[in-house]
Amino acid sequence: MSEKKYSKQHEWVTVEGDVATIGITSHAAEMLGDVVFVELPEKGKSVEKEGQAGVVESTKAASDVYTPITGEITDTNQSIVDDPGAVNKDPEGDAWFFKIKIKNKSELDNLMNKEDYDKFAKENPN
Amino acid sequence: MEIEKTALYDYHKSLGAKFVPFAGYEMPVQYTAGIIEEHKITRSNAGLFDVSHMGQLLIEGNKDLAIELEKIMPTDLHNIKLNQSKYSFLMNEKGGIYDDLIITKAEKGFIIILNAACKKNDFKIIKNSLGNKFKLTLYKNLSLIALQGPKSSEVLELTIKGVSSLKFMNGHKFSYNGKEVYVTRSGYTGEDGFEISIPNELAENFAKKLINNGVKPIGLGARDTLRLEAGLCLYGHDINESTSPIEANLKWAIAKRRREEGGFVGYSKIKSDMNGSLNRLRVGVKPEGKIIAREGVKIFSKDGEEIGSVTSGTYGPSVDASIAMGYVKINFSKPGTEVLLEVRGKKHKGNISELPFYKKSYVR
Repeated sequence: MSEKKYSKQHEWVTVEGDVATIGITSHAAEMLGDVVFVELPEKGKSVEKEGQAGVVESTKAASDVYTPITGEITDTNQSIVDDPGAVNKDPEGDAWFFKIKIKNKSELDNLMNKEDYDKFAKENPN
Repeated sequence: MEIEKTALYDYHKSLGAKFVPFAGYEMPVQYTAGIIEEHKITRSNAGLFDVSHMGQLLIEGNKDLAIELEKIMPTDLHNIKLNQSKYSFLMNEKGGIYDDLIITKAEKGFIIILNAACKKNDFKIIKNSLGNKFKLTLYKNLSLIALQGPKSSEVLELTIKGVSSLKFMNGHKFSYNGKEVYVTRSGYTGEDGFEISIPNELAENFAKKLINNGVKPIGLGARDTLRLEAGLCLYGHDINESTSPIEANLKWAIAKRRREEGGFVGYSKIKSDMNGSLNRLRVGVKPEGKIIAREGVKIFSKDGEEIGSVTSGTYGPSVDASIAMGYVKINFSKPGTEVLLEVRGKKHKGNISELPFYKKSYVR
């Protein structure tokens, strides 16, 4: 699996072959607080880079989840729909959101590595 | 306008609070435990809430004052006993609500607890209505600390002797560190609890004592989920200047004598609402599944007719379900009525529900 990359909308991406796995960062989960609802895109749906691809809600508010990568949704993580609290427990592991068949691999080049993202998150807490 | 801080601000910080601006104050929304855990602690143990942003207003006067206040509040201030508290409203001409409040008969007059966002406007309205005959003091030197939950009485008794004998919606003067504090048995969570009015300089010392006795600090986030489970209204959301207390299903808060006699601002609307021209009612709404129906979500009948909208909605940690409140047309207000809730363009099933969602355990 590739090195984990990060977007400015606080998503993480890992790549295996031509499939990207995407979730929200630990920082984002912490900012949201207790997650109580997750809505995921439908399998087979085409999504565009920086387009909305899900919803995550805490007790306080609803937030959109964006995709940092263009492509087709190949899989979604039903376990976080059934148990939204899992997003707070392991946001960058078991609580991945969806997988995408990558259309354009060069989009990955614009994403940040961990060090840059941590710096970005510190400066842009929301 | 500069944001204000309560006397407990530094203490909240030391306890790991996350702050949000609320009604002009920097207030803790949650601590390290998180909203769901804080909610559950309050239901099972005891939680401490800093509600010092709320207005504490003393109006000095006796019988004359009661007569004047009854013109703007639909409560019975002639038969209220010393130290008794009542939930009431500051009414407007249209029968809407300028604010909801707790009024307590004190030795010198009446103490009124007002919503933070409304307190300055309330002061003006009350002052205008009363004229210069009575002295009004909106305290800046007093903090207000709420202790809520089944263990509240036991824990507070360790610090302030005698509080456990207070009855719900009653208050009394007590002494803490040689200073006078006023304690009422009341709250906003659906649990037994107390609100302690205490001089600012003692607030941190007092809060620390409670925390050291096992109480946990609770933020505004859990305060909101707790009150919603308990079916209690949040001013500016579930009630406002254009909702009448009858529409808001708060008829119980209008004293029987006042319902019959009137004599307060907005009575004609109250009267017509009570006499059959009511066309909407505040109800509980339970969405099916986990979908959250927040403020502004439109409510439709099974047949697709728009019948109202949600005014508050969240996840209720103790009922472990999505819960909401809102207004619907009167003929759709019966508990069990199937409705549709439009969230992000999609209609989801739900049901009109009895309030509260969570059964209260007050000490009477």
